Amino acid sequence: MTDETGAVTPEPPTSNGKEKFFVRFTLAQRYLHAILFTSFLGLAATGLPMRFSDNAWARLFAKAVGGFGAILFFHKFCAIVLTFAFLYHLKDLATRVLVHKEKGIFWGPNSMVANWKDVQDLIGHLRWFVGLGPKPKFDRFAYWEKFDYWAVFWGMIVIGFSGYAMWFAPFFARFLPGWALNAVLVVHGEEALLAILFIFSIHFVNTHLRPDSFPMDMVIFTGKETEEEFKKKRTLEYERLAAEGKLETRVGDKPVYWWVNFAKVIGFTAIVIGLALLVFTLIGYFGTA
Amino acid sequence: MKADLGKTGPSRVVLGLRTLAATFVVLLLSVSTIFLRAQTDCLSCHADKTLQDASGHGVGVDSEKFHSSIHGVLNCTDCHTSIKEYPHPDQPAPVQCATCHADQAKAIGGSVHDGTSPHPCTSCHGDAHSIFPKDNPKSAVYPLNIPRTCGTCHASEALAKKYGLQNVYATYMDSIHGYAVSKEGLLVAANCQSCHGSHNILSHKDAKSTTARVNVPNTCGTCHGGVKDEYSAGVHGKAVAAGNLTAPVCTDCHTAHAILQPTEASFRMQSTPICGSCHKEQLATYRDTFHSQLGLLGGYVETARCWDCHGAHGNLPASDPASPVNKANLIKTCGRCHKDANASFVQYQPHANPHDRKLNPALYFVRLFMNLLLWSTLSFFTLHTLLWFIRAKREQRKSEPAAEEKHD
Repeated sequence: MTDETGAVTPEPPTSNGKEKFFVRFTLAQRYLHAILFTSFLGLAATGLPMRFSDNAWARLFAKAVGGFGAILFFHKFCAIVLTFAFLYHLKDLATRVLVHKEKGIFWGPNSMVANWKDVQDLIGHLRWFVGLGPKPKFDRFAYWEKFDYWAVFWGMIVIGFSGYAMWFAPFFARFLPGWALNAVLVVHGEEALLAILFIFSIHFVNTHLRPDSFPMDMVIFTGKETEEEFKKKRTLEYERLAAEGKLETRVGDKPVYWWVNFAKVIGFTAIVIGLALLVFTLIGYFGTA
Repeated sequence: MKADLGKTGPSRVVLGLRTLAATFVVLLLSVSTIFLRAQTDCLSCHADKTLQDASGHGVGVDSEKFHSSIHGVLNCTDCHTSIKEYPHPDQPAPVQCATCHADQAKAIGGSVHDGTSPHPCTSCHGDAHSIFPKDNPKSAVYPLNIPRTCGTCHASEALAKKYGLQNVYATYMDSIHGYAVSKEGLLVAANCQSCHGSHNILSHKDAKSTTARVNVPNTCGTCHGGVKDEYSAGVHGKAVAAGNLTAPVCTDCHTAHAILQPTEASFRMQSTPICGSCHKEQLATYRDTFHSQLGLLGGYVETARCWDCHGAHGNLPASDPASPVNKANLIKTCGRCHKDANASFVQYQPHANPHDRKLNPALYFVRLFMNLLLWSTLSFFTLHTLLWFIRAKREQRKSEPAAEEKHD
């Protein structure tokens, strides 16, 4: 891909010779991700001891933070934060669709909605893994990124609903049948387990730990990526923008030095906590099964 | 000590100055042998508290204390029956308390304490010449003094080991009963003898013992009458009364000596497995619920334990209209914690089993669906990501020189 550089790129807009940066995420999106992973870590750290409360580490942790009362308090606190983040995202989507009449939210290369190309990409990618074909070229959002998005979206609704159903059980009991009150705990626990296992293993590796991005893809923290990264990871989008002559509109400033370092500290901390929680989850799941 | 009193050696007495005084009295009375009748006769010698017999045992008597004691009205010779006259033999016969206290002596004879002490009566009642009635605070067997009295032997680790007993003294003293006795001075609080009896103490293995399983409800019921009535009306009480000794008695949940406040966190944390030791399936299904998940984490004692819903003493089957877990009573029972409990809310099953398709079909399929979702998603993506990782690693190795250049 590197040898294509000269051929595909039209004239680099400005500052010849210097590394150029392209905007991928807005500041609001980056904040949303930060709030999302912080509250998710909080929810996982306080939810796991409840799910595996017969484990010694769960009791030790509960004791360390001030017992179950404290754990549930933090859990609910993080839940509220995450709920607001989710509602903000919905409001943002609604504004973009209804007020700004933004096109391409539901369809096209900038949409999170899955399309036929995603299916082709998945198959093509799998074939490439085993050496049966060339590596597919991806657009702005690759199929696994869309899956991450919808997994979180679905998880938010399922875990959120079942969580609030337990929190306000007598109220929800007005609409739900009796067995549903039993089911919400199973649903909440299993879906949360899926989310934890998925995020702390699959998402971590897919997005951050795979050789192309190792040890961490900084784009979600800085919002920007280098031209080389852009071209390599989201080739179709780059080519499309270049062909339309819109590449210039996406050029951004080089991320500030201190911000990159700060983001690295935050990001690595999150990854380390996540991996630790993954270990506890596996101990809990396979230790008590 | 009574027995020591008789051991006075006359040869030594004759040599002592004090004996001269006694001889003087004897001469005054102009008789060679004196018949000892009144206390004063004996006390003319034995009032000297430093008086010792040939073997060095003190044989002095605190006359003032003795007079105020319950036996103060008796003559010395009433107990020291082998002494009739002065001079008396070196080794008078031991005092037989049984002469008057025959019932108590008989009870001791059949008890665990039989033969454990050369002076069984004074071991507990204290100094022979200062025995007070048990309602006198000076008595060694006054309710507030009993734990200390029993503790002279039973607080000893060595003795506990020797007889294969648990050393429960400290445990008792830390219990609600021990606290009531030692800190509050509560005369009605259970001390050792309230449960074990006094003279007739039997091993708990003996069916006649007050601490035998079958008798425990009655023993505790002596004070806790209301609870005993409740217990007797419940399934556990009825089972025990019918001779089923696997059913729980008071001590199974409350323990015998370490008795805790049931509202205390430590008691609430330990109570569930006790019920679960018989009700295994119920414990297993309870473990799956939020109640248990919360309950296991320390610091939160409010979550429902077995007896919060089922009652503690008068447990009844759910089919009984008087049971708190009877359908008709659920709103009230659940409502004790869940203020807004309503008819639909109480359909929640605190012992649902998501693995039991027949009993909880909806829950069974929900769990099945969630598990399938979890495992299919994770299996697919684990494989996907693993293959990707391997492939990407290979690609990276192939283009390593190029990548190196790019970075610099």
